[in-house]
Amino acid sequence: MSASAQLQIQRALAPRSSAAGLAISEPAVVRWLLVGIAIAFLGIFLFLPLVVVFATAFQQGIDFYLRAFQDPDTLAAIRLTLLAAAIAVPLNVAFGIAAAWLIGKFDFVGKSLLITLIDLPFSVSPVVAGLTFVLLFGLQGLIGPWLIAHDVRVVFAVPGIVLATIFVTFPFVVRELLPMIQSQGNDEEEAALTLGASGWQTFIRVTLPNVKWALIYGVILCNARAMGEFGAVSVVSGHIRGLTNTVPLHIEILYNDYQFVSAFAVASLLALLALMTLLVKSLVEWKAAQQFAAQSASEAEQTP
Amino acid sequence: MKWVFKQRSIVPGFGLSLGLTVFYLCLIVLIPLSVTFLKASTLTSHQFWHVVLSPRALASYRLSFGASLIGALINLIFGVLVAWVLVRYDFPGKRLFDSVIDLPFALPTAVAGIALTTIYASNGWLGRPLLVLGIHAAYTPLGVAIALTYIGLPFVVRTVQPVLEDLDKELEEAAASLGARRWQTFTGVLLPTIFPAALTGFAMAFARAVGEYGSVIFIAGNMPMRTEITPLLIITKLQEYDYAGATAIAVAMLVVSFALLLPINILQRWSSGRRTSESPIDTPLGVSLKPVYVQKDNL
Repeated sequence: MSASAQLQIQRALAPRSSAAGLAISEPAVVRWLLVGIAIAFLGIFLFLPLVVVFATAFQQGIDFYLRAFQDPDTLAAIRLTLLAAAIAVPLNVAFGIAAAWLIGKFDFVGKSLLITLIDLPFSVSPVVAGLTFVLLFGLQGLIGPWLIAHDVRVVFAVPGIVLATIFVTFPFVVRELLPMIQSQGNDEEEAALTLGASGWQTFIRVTLPNVKWALIYGVILCNARAMGEFGAVSVVSGHIRGLTNTVPLHIEILYNDYQFVSAFAVASLLALLALMTLLVKSLVEWKAAQQFAAQSASEAEQTP
Repeated sequence: MKWVFKQRSIVPGFGLSLGLTVFYLCLIVLIPLSVTFLKASTLTSHQFWHVVLSPRALASYRLSFGASLIGALINLIFGVLVAWVLVRYDFPGKRLFDSVIDLPFALPTAVAGIALTTIYASNGWLGRPLLVLGIHAAYTPLGVAIALTYIGLPFVVRTVQPVLEDLDKELEEAAASLGARRWQTFTGVLLPTIFPAALTGFAMAFARAVGEYGSVIFIAGNMPMRTEITPLLIITKLQEYDYAGATAIAVAMLVVSFALLLPINILQRWSSGRRTSESPIDTPLGVSLKPVYVQKDNL
């Protein structure tokens, strides 16, 4: 039996010493006070905004709520958001898989630098991110005049929005995949390779199934952020109603026009997306825990 | 020993993945970012500092950094409390509260912004009682601090939680058997152990809050010199076609963000060195899945 299994059995058999009067836990009053404070804090900062979104959205009844989605500008915004996400997410997934494979499976000079660079979009303010694209593609930008000469509009048009979305969601898939790939190690892939599998076969039939839950969560998170991005897209878009407004920008316009209920109606869509994201996260963590438990059980069986 | 670029391995795909990764990284991240610095370098030193240290910019730094600091401090205290409650206690709805912690990451910032403004406006659910107490929340720096507290909430909780989960009960029991009262155990044994993680979370919350735009812009009031955050100042300059000025302030913000990255990285290394289990490669400013799968020491 392994040393740690022995330790676990010892711990389970050892008596808890609270009966001996030792102070290993807080008095019940303190405990409930802390729980109360935590619940109040989370309730005020997290639950309340969620409740407000849905309460205000339905303030004037279901009819008004549904009518908010018949506005052509709203529909155009939804279409644009879906388009931006449909382009940004697959690209970032492809990149995320490549980068996670690279960083997780190999050791090379400059690996830490690469990781830091990949994380850059996280540390940059979204407004600054949008600014960089304006500086590159805008009228006074580096290649802006060349683009204008060829009648290609990037900034204040859809391509700029897509680029800004790709930038801000850049690290999401990598960051979810990487710990999973690193914890798997190279053993199974090397075994597959020695058994004659090609690189792609190994990847598809050995690596992917192992990390599928982390990948799914990375995709969901990337998608949620892509659809909800506000600051970077706000700088790049030009705010042209019906043309270059994504859903978050459209919400801002509705809100600033004092159309509060419509703004919250559209916002409730994104809030639902957020709730689904949280749900998927719980599911993925549960599945990952299951997978891990199964793996460690089988490994415990193998060690003599 | 011969210097090698890459350790020998039979795993294929190094060239392909390296090429794809570096190409995409350059295209999407490095080139745009370097253009910003390039543009800023067209300013003379005098022009640069004239913009970056102008009274309006300074007022915006005071607001952005000040409110971020307050928000991060609130999150430090309450984040540790929430993490403790979630790890150590059981109460109805605990799973629900645990999953909703990540809401600031999942919910779009614009939605959070209008929701928070509605709550804290003078006729809002919390704004009205606060007004009775004489406190104006919306359209004031207080509103900005509230929004930034919301945005940084998950950071401290999610960095402290794993540390608390890994904590050996035996340490506390040892302290108690040596005669320590519960409070002494807490301050002498538990707090020092979670301190690095809490500090990391604090720094991450601060760094995120400084650049935040969407959730703050609605509640802030946006009056120059009073309630204007730095990202808004950049946008205003852009709308005035003052590209140089906008770039100067953006570069100042970038330098501060990078300057914060290094201590955060060091803090993370320090805090993960304290933990008993191997930590995944934690990278700044984001949340990962709970590292259930990397507790190799339990095998």
